[in-house]
Amino acid sequence: MIYSRIAGTGSYLPERILTNHELAQSVDTSDEWIVSRTGISARHIAADDQLTSDLALIAVERAIESAGIAREDIDLLIVATTTPDNIFPSTACLLQDKLGLHGFPAFDVQAVCAGFAYALTTANAMIKSGAAKCAVVVGAEKLSNLINWQDRATCILFGDGAGAVVLTASAEPGILATKLHADGRYNGILKTAARPKQGVLDGEPWIYMEGNAVFKFAVRALADVAEATLAEAGLQKSDIDWLVPHQANVRIIESTAKHLGMSMDNVIVTLAQQGNTSAASIPLALDHGIRTGKIQRGQTLLMEGIGGGFAWGAILAKY
Amino acid sequence: MENIEQRVKKIVAEQLGVPETDVKIDSSFVNDLGADSLDTVELVMALEEEFECEIPDEDAEKITTVQQAVDYVNAHLNK
Repeated sequence: MIYSRIAGTGSYLPERILTNHELAQSVDTSDEWIVSRTGISARHIAADDQLTSDLALIAVERAIESAGIAREDIDLLIVATTTPDNIFPSTACLLQDKLGLHGFPAFDVQAVCAGFAYALTTANAMIKSGAAKCAVVVGAEKLSNLINWQDRATCILFGDGAGAVVLTASAEPGILATKLHADGRYNGILKTAARPKQGVLDGEPWIYMEGNAVFKFAVRALADVAEATLAEAGLQKSDIDWLVPHQANVRIIESTAKHLGMSMDNVIVTLAQQGNTSAASIPLALDHGIRTGKIQRGQTLLMEGIGGGFAWGAILAKY
Repeated sequence: MENIEQRVKKIVAEQLGVPETDVKIDSSFVNDLGADSLDTVELVMALEEEFECEIPDEDAEKITTVQQAVDYVNAHLNK
């Protein structure tokens, strides 16, 4: 039996930090209002000339170094992103080129904030089937491209960044269980509707969100998928050492932790300094937890994410 | 067995983090008990769980006081 395991992680945040105080100078909001409702104090914003693949490249190079692999070992590259460099080719192909590699399969996965869960699940399945031995899975976003800085309900929430994981074939797990879900009936409550049409953009090119409806859906779906993933692995809530959640809103995270009977001391929270980085948030949080020494080898992690689609998923892993 | 008003007040106090004695029948979640928009969403979800019912968003928006929550539950509870 072949399993996959997390061999290494890396992440990157752009240098420019945009604080709540700075935002409050240009839109009608306040630090207190934002922090109490979201838990966010600041977010990183990529430079004009930094593309999603540039953020991803640095994260991947750090992950390769942490995994101790040679980049020539990589035989699969999956990029989860909602903000690709171009409509095509895929950001994964652009990233492959920037890495100076070629030949092996490289593709993007679009599941918005659940993108990393979808991408990691795909890579895990390909390793277990023997189709790959050393996969790089990246979540990378330049969400600032989609932010309407006049919309105070959404512009406070998002940030840019990238996180990457090197997943290698192993005789021992590794990834213990994965669960993915989608419900397209809820496509309208969280979206960026624009499409290119005959040389112009048709539809709104900004992030649109019905906050209360998203919150309600997310809280329930994340609680359910956590339980289902635990059941699949034959584990109990008490077996989880660390919750590594998608970082959308601290109150959603608190609700998930409460449902799992976990103290917030066992939850990796990067939201305050990063905001919601969509597909990048889970690998950014995972890398943060590992590099700060919180997450140790042998511990059990529950990663879970949810976003537009609606699409959501969870991964239970022994690090 | 507690009556519906007592059960609603208990949930409101727990969800909004206020003493149960502060929760009056005419208390407004936002104006009197300091709830914000996400608190009210969580409160509706807690009511749905306690009374095993589903409160549609358009109805949820109209539940802004303890009295309105009690009335809603009384009208929709599976008897």
